[in-house]
Amino acid sequence: MAYADLLPEEMRKQLIQRIAEGETAREQAIDVMTALQNHFGHMSDQAMLVASELLAMTPLELEELATFYNFIYRQPVGKYVIHVCDSAVCWMHGHESLMDHLLSRLKIRLGETTEDGLFTVLPVCCLGYCDHAPAMLVNRHIHGELTREKIDRILTRLAEEPHLPTGMK
Amino acid sequence: MYPQVLFANRKASRIATMEEYCRSGGYEALSLVVGKWTGKDVCAEVQRANLRGRGGAGFPAAIKWLGVPEEADYPRYVVANCDEMEPGTFKDRVLVHADPHMILEGMALTGYATGAEKGFIFVRPSYESSARILEREIQKARDAGYLGKNILGTDFSFEIVVHRSGGRYICGEATALLNALQGKRPNPVKPPPYPTVKGLWGRPTVVNNIETMANVPHILRNGAEWYQGLSRSSTSPGTKLFCVSGRVNGPGCFELPMGITLREIIEEHAGGLQPGCHYKACLPGGASTRYLTSEHLDVPMDFESVAAIGHRMGTAAIIVFDQNTCLVGATLNLTQFFARESCGWCTPCREGLPYLRDLLWRIEKGEGEEEFIPMMRAMCDQLWNAYCALAPGAASPVESLLTYFEDEVREHIRQKRCPFKT
Repeated sequence: MAYADLLPEEMRKQLIQRIAEGETAREQAIDVMTALQNHFGHMSDQAMLVASELLAMTPLELEELATFYNFIYRQPVGKYVIHVCDSAVCWMHGHESLMDHLLSRLKIRLGETTEDGLFTVLPVCCLGYCDHAPAMLVNRHIHGELTREKIDRILTRLAEEPHLPTGMK
Repeated sequence: MYPQVLFANRKASRIATMEEYCRSGGYEALSLVVGKWTGKDVCAEVQRANLRGRGGAGFPAAIKWLGVPEEADYPRYVVANCDEMEPGTFKDRVLVHADPHMILEGMALTGYATGAEKGFIFVRPSYESSARILEREIQKARDAGYLGKNILGTDFSFEIVVHRSGGRYICGEATALLNALQGKRPNPVKPPPYPTVKGLWGRPTVVNNIETMANVPHILRNGAEWYQGLSRSSTSPGTKLFCVSGRVNGPGCFELPMGITLREIIEEHAGGLQPGCHYKACLPGGASTRYLTSEHLDVPMDFESVAAIGHRMGTAAIIVFDQNTCLVGATLNLTQFFARESCGWCTPCREGLPYLRDLLWRIEKGEGEEEFIPMMRAMCDQLWNAYCALAPGAASPVESLLTYFEDEVREHIRQKRCPFKT
């Protein structure tokens, strides 16, 4: 296993065991890619080769998945990936002006990462928190009933506490 | 307050424990049925109760189960759909956070009815907390003998695995979900063969929404007559989880009898419209249903009554719009959602949705032309040629916008701007 040797011993063993527990290796593709992008920061070309080796899938078969899903990042992303819901209920609750506020505060455009590598902002469809609209997800952690002030508080806290565990991307 | 069945143990601050679920009659259906009834008996009782699918289509659950051929090979599988990416819908999340063991018992019973020994719960990424709750509670149920090998000392074994999705709307479609679960690109597949004949790894597979499965233990424990008595409707039995969002005072998820009117749901249970807002329209079942106007407020919310007026109840996720919300803008937003979430596999959906989105965008920006209206109508008809239900669903808000709010669309075209923007 040439590429999989790039992983820490423990992580490699865990992934191999997890893959063995499924009905087929391929069934675990999303879980394995999620674990790898947490480790490498995103699904880099190198991470893709590791995944393809572990899962016994061709890089092309994996590419079909990696480029399809909203939560697999084939491009570099920040430490915190912010998915802002832009579907109907959040739209009705002022998603557009909140998105403008978020982007101007971070000084980036939609889809970009801040220079310090901390934040990436991406649009996402309905997150299923319409009773708490408008909502966004930061590394799969939900924040609802958003206001400009609340967004400011969240960003400040994340930027000021670099030692907090970042959770799952 | 109406009888609470699925939400009997719902609490404001925490998840019901397995002990609380058991005290309320939980896992009694499993001990009643397993090793004593045949799978066919279970199907028959659920068929008598006329339990209908809660994921949007309303297909009778027992008919689906009976689609698994008696002589079919083993292993067989059960999949609980907790993907729930229909805009406006959040009932599955609330249900997992209210009483997770009800879902697990329902899955085990579905497995028993169809001869399956393994189940998967397919969970979307934004419900990571639900996935963790389910994994934790599966282990508790296993330790207590309700899941795993030889359940309650019988020959029946059933395992449940939580499968995390990478996150795309199309994964909620049953055949796309099965592709996703097998690690393939989640394109829908046009049946036949149906998943109940050839599903996961070519084996018979039953896919049900988690709300559907959560009803099963109650039906088996209390009987079909009791279940029918919960409803106000003679054709759609049971209770339903209604999600209400948008311009209401108290958005939330409510367990109410099938057949309750839209007016009562919005005015009494969701606290009515926000101050200064008047009801203009709602989508009754997520983004892929048709707008209901104020003339529809007294329609009973059950599958047949909504179908009788040419609409669909969908997931019963009611998004309420007020007089100050531009429905061209709302429909543009919905169409943008569908265009982005289309898997791109078949032409009507891949090409037709961006076409509709662009026409709506131009109308909203004040660049609309009179001829766009018949062009949009024609494209809505074309969308029915798609492989799966995504494109016809996407046509619903557009087509109903043109049916009920054509004046509003024309006003955009005439004024060359959105009349709601000052």
